[in-house]
Amino acid sequence: MTSAAPLPVYRRPKPVWRRLVARPVGLAALLVLATLALVAVLAPYLSPKDPNFLDLMNAGAPPDAEHLLGSDSAGRDILSRLIWGSRTTLSGVVITVVTALLAGVPTGMAAGYFGGRTDAFLSWISDVMQAVPAMIILLVVAAGSRSHFVVLMAAVGIIMAPGYFRVARAAARSVSREDYITAAQVAGLGHGVILRRHVAPGILAAVTIQTALAAGIAMGIQAGLQFLGIGQSNVPSWGAMMADGFRFMLTNPWLLFWPSLALGVAIAALALLGSTLADVMRSRSPRPADAAEAVADGATAPATPAPEMDAGAETALRVDNLRVRYRNGGTVTEVVHGISFSVRPGEVLGIVGESGSGKSQTVYSLLDLLPANGASTADGIYLRGKPIHALPEKERARLLGSAFGYVPQEPMSNLDPSYRIGHQLCEPLMVVHGLGRGEARARVRDVLAKVGIRDIDRVMRSYPHEISGGMAQRVLIAGAILGQPSVLLADEPTTALDVTVQAEVLQLLRDLRAETGMALVLITHNFGVVADLCDRVIVMRGGHVIERGPVAEIFAHARHPYTRALIEASADIDTSRRELDRMARRTESEAVQG
Amino acid sequence: MLLFLLKRIGAGLVLLVAATAGTFFLAHLAISDPTAALLGSTATPEQQAALALKLGLDRPVLVQFLDWAGHAVRGDLGLSWRSFQPVSEQILQRVPVTLSIVTFALLLAALFGTLFGVLAGLNPGGVFDRVIQAVTVVLFALPGFWLSLVLVLWFAVRLQWFPAIGYVSPADSMTGWLRSITRPSVSLALGAIVMVAEQLRNQVMTVSRLDYIRTLKSRGLPKSRIRMHVLRNAAPTAITVLAVMFTGLLSGAVVVEAIFSMPGLGQLTQSSAQMGDIPMLLGITAATVFFLVLVYILLDIVLGWVNPKVRIR
Amino acid sequence: MNMMPEITPPLLSVEGLDVSYGPLKVLHEVALDVRPGECVGLVGESGSGKSTLGKTLLGLAPVTAGRIAFDGRDITRLSPRERRAMADHVQVVFQNPYGSLNPLMTVGEILSESLWYAGLSRAAMRERVAEALEQVQLPAEAAERYPDAFSGGQRQRIAIARAIIRRPRLIVCDEPVSALDLTTQAAVVDFLIDLQRQTGVAYLFISHDLGLVRRICHRVAVMERGRIVEFGDGERVTSTPDHPYSRRLLLASPVADPVAQAERRAAWQALKTGAMEKPRP
Repeated sequence: MTSAAPLPVYRRPKPVWRRLVARPVGLAALLVLATLALVAVLAPYLSPKDPNFLDLMNAGAPPDAEHLLGSDSAGRDILSRLIWGSRTTLSGVVITVVTALLAGVPTGMAAGYFGGRTDAFLSWISDVMQAVPAMIILLVVAAGSRSHFVVLMAAVGIIMAPGYFRVARAAARSVSREDYITAAQVAGLGHGVILRRHVAPGILAAVTIQTALAAGIAMGIQAGLQFLGIGQSNVPSWGAMMADGFRFMLTNPWLLFWPSLALGVAIAALALLGSTLADVMRSRSPRPADAAEAVADGATAPATPAPEMDAGAETALRVDNLRVRYRNGGTVTEVVHGISFSVRPGEVLGIVGESGSGKSQTVYSLLDLLPANGASTADGIYLRGKPIHALPEKERARLLGSAFGYVPQEPMSNLDPSYRIGHQLCEPLMVVHGLGRGEARARVRDVLAKVGIRDIDRVMRSYPHEISGGMAQRVLIAGAILGQPSVLLADEPTTALDVTVQAEVLQLLRDLRAETGMALVLITHNFGVVADLCDRVIVMRGGHVIERGPVAEIFAHARHPYTRALIEASADIDTSRRELDRMARRTESEAVQG
Repeated sequence: MLLFLLKRIGAGLVLLVAATAGTFFLAHLAISDPTAALLGSTATPEQQAALALKLGLDRPVLVQFLDWAGHAVRGDLGLSWRSFQPVSEQILQRVPVTLSIVTFALLLAALFGTLFGVLAGLNPGGVFDRVIQAVTVVLFALPGFWLSLVLVLWFAVRLQWFPAIGYVSPADSMTGWLRSITRPSVSLALGAIVMVAEQLRNQVMTVSRLDYIRTLKSRGLPKSRIRMHVLRNAAPTAITVLAVMFTGLLSGAVVVEAIFSMPGLGQLTQSSAQMGDIPMLLGITAATVFFLVLVYILLDIVLGWVNPKVRIR
Repeated sequence: MNMMPEITPPLLSVEGLDVSYGPLKVLHEVALDVRPGECVGLVGESGSGKSTLGKTLLGLAPVTAGRIAFDGRDITRLSPRERRAMADHVQVVFQNPYGSLNPLMTVGEILSESLWYAGLSRAAMRERVAEALEQVQLPAEAAERYPDAFSGGQRQRIAIARAIIRRPRLIVCDEPVSALDLTTQAAVVDFLIDLQRQTGVAYLFISHDLGLVRRICHRVAVMERGRIVEFGDGERVTSTPDHPYSRRLLLASPVADPVAQAERRAAWQALKTGAMEKPRP
């Protein structure tokens, strides 16, 4: 057995709380909430006065040395009531959130994990609870329990439980679909263990974020109830203070101002905490790629073979020194490092490489379809000998659909689900090429026939989800050649298809090329597809071209070891398992004899 | 389509029964002796017993509910225990008030929420986007009544506008009606606008990044056409958000009505709950859930019309 | 090591298996057997039911009719407890190396979880984890890391380690390399062959790629729309199949050799025009 290679250095992301405090907003929100909690706990020591001491002589008095924020309509010290009010607010929120957690999370987990009838039943209950107007229930409970604080806050929790149920159910559902849950089942773990070890940690992030938001909403509902006069009068609360302030708003607006400020700041802090948590917990670390480990073999030194120089007029497309860069925050990464190639009319150029080689980025940059943070430069891009790299954006945009056609990889996700196929195909002809409706439809029918679709009427009437993947890919090819482009850029056009459908689509591309004389740039990772269709090949790795040449030559004697490895990996038509076993036996017996 | 509609209506009926039954049993559980609340603390046990007999409270709770349900099916929601007036009459008086506020708020949310959301989503990082991002997080969580109070406080102190008290029926004066519902609706709508805008912004941004949008661009379609495709595919989300918003606005209306002294369903609920007027509470629940079911059925029809995948099923 | 699988009695045998999800019948009278130490390939296109068959063997899909036997014992319908015990004998490796490892657990935790019911001491468990990591050629310190520290190919090795740590006699490999880059695919397949030679474990290798199946499988079954249309020697099924569908599948898969591919394409076209002309009188 060969010894294991050492693992690459890898730094695990910092824990969530450290990333949270690293953000100013997160830190500020945490500080506000910590202060609030401290004030609530230390209320008996911090409060300068008895919050319920009535001093009618002092009613509505302005701030002075004794009453820093003044007195309310019954002469009670506002600061003391605010401090004690924070205690009420926080204890109420804790009761509410704990109740909602206990009622919503286990049920949500069960519904999401087990699915089926359990899910249908629990979801139904949750829906019913959400449909009943919350305020009616709370008012009934308040009346019945004589505004018992704990009961009322727990009732708020029950009303908020569906929120937790939804979040926990969705998170548990997505976790349960992961293969590691199935693997745990196959390993013989029971449902209880799987829920505890796999599902619960998996939904922690979602539930934590929900808790920050729910606490804010609970605070709001609580204050709303108190504002309506629900709650015992001897318990100082922000909502009751707001009600008092509202009555005397015209004479003394400060009575309303202070509790509103306290409530506003507390809720805002919770909301900001929630959104920052969501940002921090959902950001994912980049995945280490297989290519990255292989790069260390030193063979990547870009001994870029010189591109064969084509006479300008002969080429359908020529690209000189194309670079693609991505801006991410402050850093700029170059993913395509100056590649050059050309393709003649009627020729098929294969661009081959594995994931991360930059082959798709090359296509997107030619079509100006890079995402907003991507940009490309080139020394020259020539379309039938005419330079297009210096054209203004508007004129380059005009080349799309008429000079360039684009066939994407995934057929189903590349058709707009909301429009009939006929509409999607006619639209560019009418809008871009200025055809009338009738002309456009006639042309679409022609092209659909050309891509081998038989029941044209049905397909044109269909929505994308009503046709098969192979049919969808034909429709996409039709969309790409509608404007009779001189260059067709196909990005892994058969990768998502079954092999039998792949063969048909490859045949279609070959026929189209012969018929129209288009140049075809075919992006693929599959050397079988290259062997089938391409005339010339360039092999890309890590954003460089490492090999180029006619197909026969590349297959016969590739110069670069990486190219050879790729070809070998996709070949394997001659070595069967039986032969492999025979060879293994031979070496074994040789070893014994030797 | 008809079958789909019938199914939806059936589900709505089940929901109606479940919600009223829930309220009924909860009310009986919570308010163990309604007669005490109705008669006040000076009543003698004999008076209480007499009232209990008159209200039929001596019967088992299930029988009481079935009796109520039996009448409710025929449109008879019973008499209020407090005023001995028909429940339905009083509710019908109050519904226009609450519905005016909530509907107007919903319209505002639909109009401005969609507008801001689309503008922000189509130009991520632009002015609208940044404003919405900054405002959303906070306004989203702040309760509607807090916003109302701040609004009222600001109007009163800075602009010397005082809350218009009460409600003017459109039958009496159209402008008076509009003036009376504007401020409660606006304060109720603020949070909703932000929420609609935020969700729509996210949806527009998500759709903009989808594969088929890129493919449509590759066919040379101009920006305006691409935008149409984006909006068309973001529409179901917008519609769903607005329907869900309706439930939230109904709850929010209770407190807003109190602030602006609007004689709506919210006030009726509050006073009925305090008095233990169970038939009235049931009537209100039934009326509210009825509206919700209506809204959700409408939502399903509209979604079916907007989304081809749902339509086929 | 077992180099003569032909004469040994089957480890797994499936007879007349039907599986339905509600009204939808996904498997029709499937019959299959796997001998000890053998690799049986299951080839088909999407929707052919090949993954469902794998799931059924693991007890994750409902059997409507038929019989599954493992080592002579009927395992068609097992109680949850008996099913749990089967984990000692049958294990699984999934397609997606990113979804099959819990990102919140260390590799050590993931691997030892499979051993929970084996009644081992902590020290023994740690030893088994180290041993399994060595078998998949990963360093021992990998146990301390989380899955996100590993590339796709390494993750798939970890998934294989999780499968072999129970020392099972059969591993269901459900498209185990199709999510990997080409060069990594070849490495993982060769590794699976090595592992089989060392441990004598049997594989049911589910794949859509005939080339891969040819390299790793002793015998190959071809599935089409829930039925096994051909089952036989791997070398033969992947070069000169009998059934028309298998032939179509073979001729449709492009070969990485321009000359051979041109021949194959011509044969494919001939088959296609032949099939199109056939219905005509």
